[in-house]
Amino acid sequence: MTDGPLLELRDLHVAFPNRDGSRARAVDGVDLALPPGEVLALVGESGCGKTTLARTILGLERPASGEVRYRGEPLRYDRRSLKRYRRGVQMVFQDPAGALNVRQTIYEAVAEGLRIQGVEGNEEELVAGALSRAGLRPPERFFTRYPFEVSGGQRQRVVIAGAMVLEPGLIVADEPVSSLDASVRGEILALMQKLVQEMGVTMLVVTHDLGLAWNIADRIAVMYLGRIVEQGTTEELLGDPRHPYTRALLSVVPESHNLTPQILAGEAPDPTRIPAGCRFHPRCPVVASGEAERLGIEARCRGTDLGLAPVAGSAVGSAHRAACHAVPVAEPDEAPV
Amino acid sequence: MSAIAAPSAKRIAWLRRRRAAAAAWSDFRRDRAGMIGLVVLVLFVAMALAAPLIVPKGELRAINALDNPVWASPGEFAPMGTDSLGRSVWAQFVWGARISLLVGLAATVMAMLIGTVVGVAAGFYGRRVGGVLMRITEWFLVIPFLPLAIALAAVLGPSLTNIIFVIGVTSWPSTARLIRAQVLTLKERLYVDRSRALGASDAHLMSRHIMPNISGLILANTTLTVPIAILSETTLSFLGLGDPTSTSWGKMLEDSFQQGALTEQAWWYYVPPGLGVLLVVLAFTLVGHALEEILDPRLRNAPSR
Amino acid sequence: MSAETQPATAAPTLLSVRDLHVTYPTDAGLLEAVRGVDLELAAGETLGLAGESGCGKSSLATALLRLLPRGAKVTGEVLLEGENVLAMKPGRLRAVRWTGMAIVFQGALHSLNPVQRIGPQIGEAIELHAQGKRAKTSARVGELLELVGLPARRAQDYPHQLSGGQRQRVLIALALACDPKLLVADEPTTALDVMVQAQILRLLADLQERFGLATLFITHDLSTLAAACRRLAVMYAGRIVEEGPAHAVFDAPAHPYTRALAAAFPIIGDPAFRHNPSGLPGDPPDPRALPPGCPFHTRCPVVREECPHTAVELWRAGEARRAACVEVRG
Repeated sequence: MTDGPLLELRDLHVAFPNRDGSRARAVDGVDLALPPGEVLALVGESGCGKTTLARTILGLERPASGEVRYRGEPLRYDRRSLKRYRRGVQMVFQDPAGALNVRQTIYEAVAEGLRIQGVEGNEEELVAGALSRAGLRPPERFFTRYPFEVSGGQRQRVVIAGAMVLEPGLIVADEPVSSLDASVRGEILALMQKLVQEMGVTMLVVTHDLGLAWNIADRIAVMYLGRIVEQGTTEELLGDPRHPYTRALLSVVPESHNLTPQILAGEAPDPTRIPAGCRFHPRCPVVASGEAERLGIEARCRGTDLGLAPVAGSAVGSAHRAACHAVPVAEPDEAPV
Repeated sequence: MSAIAAPSAKRIAWLRRRRAAAAAWSDFRRDRAGMIGLVVLVLFVAMALAAPLIVPKGELRAINALDNPVWASPGEFAPMGTDSLGRSVWAQFVWGARISLLVGLAATVMAMLIGTVVGVAAGFYGRRVGGVLMRITEWFLVIPFLPLAIALAAVLGPSLTNIIFVIGVTSWPSTARLIRAQVLTLKERLYVDRSRALGASDAHLMSRHIMPNISGLILANTTLTVPIAILSETTLSFLGLGDPTSTSWGKMLEDSFQQGALTEQAWWYYVPPGLGVLLVVLAFTLVGHALEEILDPRLRNAPSR
Repeated sequence: MSAETQPATAAPTLLSVRDLHVTYPTDAGLLEAVRGVDLELAAGETLGLAGESGCGKSSLATALLRLLPRGAKVTGEVLLEGENVLAMKPGRLRAVRWTGMAIVFQGALHSLNPVQRIGPQIGEAIELHAQGKRAKTSARVGELLELVGLPARRAQDYPHQLSGGQRQRVLIALALACDPKLLVADEPTTALDVMVQAQILRLLADLQERFGLATLFITHDLSTLAAACRRLAVMYAGRIVEEGPAHAVFDAPAHPYTRALAAAFPIIGDPAFRHNPSGLPGDPPDPRALPPGCPFHTRCPVVREECPHTAVELWRAGEARRAACVEVRG
């Protein structure tokens, strides 16, 4: 067991060039540390870069700058290093139907990872074990079925089994239940929680659903336009959100009676045109309502970019951070980490 | 968990594949046009393969035809009459089928091999490698078919190998583009990403995920390229660019032209090879279209509900 | 939200659905997607219809306007202001479609013609129903776009130039083109981000207030319905299994399926949902192979011995509430 975080992202930048020459800065400076055994929810709307971040963690995208560190080792992008890395970091996808090749049986889909990685042992036993742990019992019954012959929830279990069969240390789940029927979601989430508790897997769940984060996450990081704008434990972030974006997101979740709904105007600008200063300021209710002016920070909101800073007033030992000029910063001795 | 009792998972998967092929076959049987095409094809192929049993090859040689009447109609000299040298037209038809089909097939194989390799590589590797490959493809696409054939014949002498080469070289680009288009879509599929996330190499991705999903396209495209190749061979042989010592349907057409069958009104010399090409090309096209419909991955992989 | 400003129940009944059945012919026999549904909607009221894939809600929505594919059989009555839509002659039906009742679909990718500009697409709806001159139509199109929060000049854009939220607004503008009295919204916000979803919901609420629109809001998201509708009905396997006031049904469901569906939308801040994901085993039922008796019994957490043998119907479950569960019947 390593002491340090299992996964560390250091000042990660990922950008995509467009046809017209502009660059979409999908991930624009992200620092993140994930301790072993934790479930972190990466929350944000479409276009915020969370899927790009997940893919970069998987090694499917290469960062323009910055580092991905797994168990303390920086990720290198030559073929052999990547292959070894993938033994430890696996992914669960948003669309289980698309994630499985229709020409492969379920057995072959789960065994594929074992074969690619050259894992020793009785293949049939390993596959049966993985399917069984993913809730597909008896596993033999599913060996020769094709993905389109089982339901959506079962397909996602197959994808999870295919990831777990390699016994990874980290699983990145990109919207794992959003394409499943509502009544089935809980089962898949319960499975994921069970895997964390029983197999000691660490999980990074990418989602837009704050309710899901409340359900299963230990910590939450909120992303906006390529940066993390607030992070903390689930109770902290959803109980006492500090960043205006987090507050707005939380306020529009139906049936969350806490806050009056703050419906932000328009949509997030695309990552080729990130606003100057605080990237949220054009849509920020604090700026729009004039409160920023009253607090004397409006110039900073429009002109000065900023990163995460510990928030004042949080409990001792808390790691609650927000990137907002309007949020008072904790004194250095107040919050460690 | 104990090991699985017989039969093993792999064997069952193989049996299922057989069953899927049988299902595809019964689908095909329901397509009447496709079945007609298949029957016609089988007849011609059987005839071509059994040529030595039907007509001894010697009958093709003018020397052995000295006793035959010249320009005999089918009524006078069964079953297809004779040409200006007294050679049996039927013998030429049967043996000509061999060459026509063989050249058509060989040229197609060459075109498909090159086209598939280039198409898959261009589609899979995008950006620079793909761009270079596509420029090469376009260059070959533009090469005019007939002038190339004539030039090669002039330089290397007329032969069947030249014909196969010319047809192959000018046919592969359209296959390559078709396959590249499909590969471009396929490589964006989520299961390719998943396989990559499991640690798959490019070779694994191409062989396990890309190729099986374009195999239907390749088969249908092959079936539609053969008739084009046969027509091309017919044209080139008719123009005298083929092997002067062997017979093909195109050669028959050339001979009938050179020997003045039109003025002699010896329709039995130019109608059979023309009809032969027509029927074979039509048969391949019908079968190819039926296969396309059955093997289209979008239709095949639809969920059962 | 608009739920509080709904008119009193004394408002006239605008839509009355009686014993609706929708059957599709398939290779494997007849598939009954809707198996006897009754609904009532008063003028200006919002009724939510919740359900998952295969429950028949989309078949129900398209059946109301007789937009089902040919071959589908629809029986029962759909009374729009007393007139039975299912019995209308084609001429009358065409007149009523869009002017009496309009539908907003999900996924504007499939509902908008990608090679036609927005303006003509909305204009088409107007021109099909009113012989207006070109100038008048484009003025009306501009009006409609402004109504849904888009600048009028967006009429010149193609669908791909708009974002998902903007396209959904266009679909709403399209639905309002002929001043319908009833709007059927089939999963209008499902594919959208939560903030855009909130914008669209608020837009719908504003429009309902302004024009006294009655709305049938169909979605699988029970929490959205609880916030946006006054009354709510839950569908399962082609039938309604619970109905009643929206908040009552969401906060204290009477039917075990509603309970499970509600649990899929955790209430943030409620410790009961913390580290406690719960769902139903199995999958939504295949309409071609429904379990006997109560179709939910195979997945029901409180199933009893009698359930596979009981023909369930909607029994009274409180004030203005009904549920199709033996527990309720007592």
